[in-house]
Amino acid sequence: MNLAVRDIRHNAGRFVLTTVGIGLLLMIVMGMGGIYRGLIFEATLLVDRAGADLWIVQGSTRGPFAEVSRLPANLEDRVRAVPGVARARRFVSHTIQREHLGKPMRMVVQGLSWPDDRGGWIPLVAGRELRQAHYEMIANVSLGLRLGEKFTLGKDAYEVVGHTRGMVGSSGDGLAFFTVSDALDIQFDVPGEAVRLERAARRARVENVEIGRLQPLLLERAAGQASGIPALAMPQVSAVLVTLQPGADEAAVRATLGTWPDITVYSTPEQKNLLLTGMVDKARRQLGLFRNLLLIISTIIIALIVYTLTLDKIRDIALLKLIGARNRVIGGLILQQSLFMGAFGYALAWWIGQFAFPRFPRLVVIEPADLVSLGFIVLVISTLASLLGIWKALRVEPNTVLSA
Amino acid sequence: MSTPSAMTPAVEVTHLRKVYGSGHTEVVAIGDATLSIARGEIVAMLGPSGSGKSTILTAMALINPPTTGQIAIGGKPVLDGPRALVDLRAFRRQHLGFVFQKANLIPFLTALENVQIALEVNDTAPRKARQRAMELLDYLGVGARAHALPVALSGGEQQRVAVARALANDPGLILADEPTAALDSHRGRQVMELFAKVAHERNAGVLVVTHDHRTLDVFDRILDVEDGMIHTRQPNAQASDTRVGLPRH
Repeated sequence: MNLAVRDIRHNAGRFVLTTVGIGLLLMIVMGMGGIYRGLIFEATLLVDRAGADLWIVQGSTRGPFAEVSRLPANLEDRVRAVPGVARARRFVSHTIQREHLGKPMRMVVQGLSWPDDRGGWIPLVAGRELRQAHYEMIANVSLGLRLGEKFTLGKDAYEVVGHTRGMVGSSGDGLAFFTVSDALDIQFDVPGEAVRLERAARRARVENVEIGRLQPLLLERAAGQASGIPALAMPQVSAVLVTLQPGADEAAVRATLGTWPDITVYSTPEQKNLLLTGMVDKARRQLGLFRNLLLIISTIIIALIVYTLTLDKIRDIALLKLIGARNRVIGGLILQQSLFMGAFGYALAWWIGQFAFPRFPRLVVIEPADLVSLGFIVLVISTLASLLGIWKALRVEPNTVLSA
Repeated sequence: MSTPSAMTPAVEVTHLRKVYGSGHTEVVAIGDATLSIARGEIVAMLGPSGSGKSTILTAMALINPPTTGQIAIGGKPVLDGPRALVDLRAFRRQHLGFVFQKANLIPFLTALENVQIALEVNDTAPRKARQRAMELLDYLGVGARAHALPVALSGGEQQRVAVARALANDPGLILADEPTAALDSHRGRQVMELFAKVAHERNAGVLVVTHDHRTLDVFDRILDVEDGMIHTRQPNAQASDTRVGLPRH
């Protein structure tokens, strides 16, 4: 006869309420793990999908995900000349915040190296890839931009020609893909007044030196468009992505590129590792700490409930001892109740999570291995939680029945 | 289940002495008690509150060991002073049955399960335990209420279930502590007659601590406990001093 089940049935209301509470706590614990996994997934999504073998970044920096990395755009052409390199693409990525339909919208502006890269590698759920060098974009659906909608960024309007899903940056903001030149225009867009002020400042600086006063053409150039002064306004990109030829020796290519003092080269796994150890590590520790605290709270709650249930049964336990029940019968009753509480709470957490997690603002990834490990943790904390109740039960004297 | 010879007493208590506390706070609950109950005999123990009845009962129940003295149950020595000569818990489940003032049924078990649990803790297979529990409830006239929870049973029905639980492992000795105190006189008498039936039909020794003088005619022997003395008498006789009790120290 299973005493634990019968007692639970007798106190069904209290058991259900407690289990719901435990279940919600465990759901948050489960969600914390899922958010961490989602964080890693989102953070490394772009690096994975970009499909590069090597990442070339500004010398002595850790790449565009860790810090500012500026490279001349023509580096792409230098890299293409290295033996073993099949393809080199400019990489531009930066986050902007604008308003859309009256609500703030954060967007990761991603540059595609037109015309080599038109976004064919992006998994589209609607629309098409880019077909022209300017004024088109592919947007992640989470941005809320409709297909065909024209969205103004800087001085230009960009038409949404394709939709993708699940493509987000390391902070969870949706990606929008433009050509590199459009992405740079968006990044370096400055208001007209700022341009006028800058031109005036340039003119003033040139007028202050003798050569400026002697060479009117130079003065005219300084007061003109920035694009007319290539040496001063060289286009900058964040990185250059390298795809190797099939069978090419990666080490040899890296050795060649390693002799260039203005760049640093990382493999894709190295770039991912930098991303995770830099950006995600603190979030991981924060989530881990919070998760552990919740597990401790769950343990304490289960322990208190089990202890209270034990106190309620103290006369029954004394009676069981009087009629000769072994300690394992009494301990088993309490342990099983604790395990039932943990198991039902866990199952409830999983079930509620099926509905709740997709509604979380950040991606929640629940992996089978995480479910198994959390199940094991629940088993351990349920066992630990029962110890207080078992300790109390084993101390009860059988003559408590007579004296009560 | 015990199978001693017919001549073996159900319980034999020799020179039992129980002292609570020590020094200035020392209280002698039992001075020097010696008594014996035969199998098939039902004995009442009477006495005012604080006279030591419950101390003797709990000592015989192996849950309150004496300071000195010996207790043998079914011919087997089980306690020598506070020293246990056997595994007391195992001995209780195999050889003793208990009934209390309140039925003390486990509230989350049905009447049937309350009897069944006593059998299962004594390693009876669940199916057999269920069958035997049902037989006992039928024997005690509460078979129809087998699947009711204690809260749905009357006081008399609860006490019958408690008696069934006490009989579950066919014990050689049944100890009852004021089992009719919570019942009206009619139901109290029914329960006492039930104990007499159990003692005589099942050849068990039964000791009942009671204050109910109206049912004394059902007992084979009566023990009066007063001021540390145990007096014995026949149910229809006045109390007389015997050799089984000694004054308190």
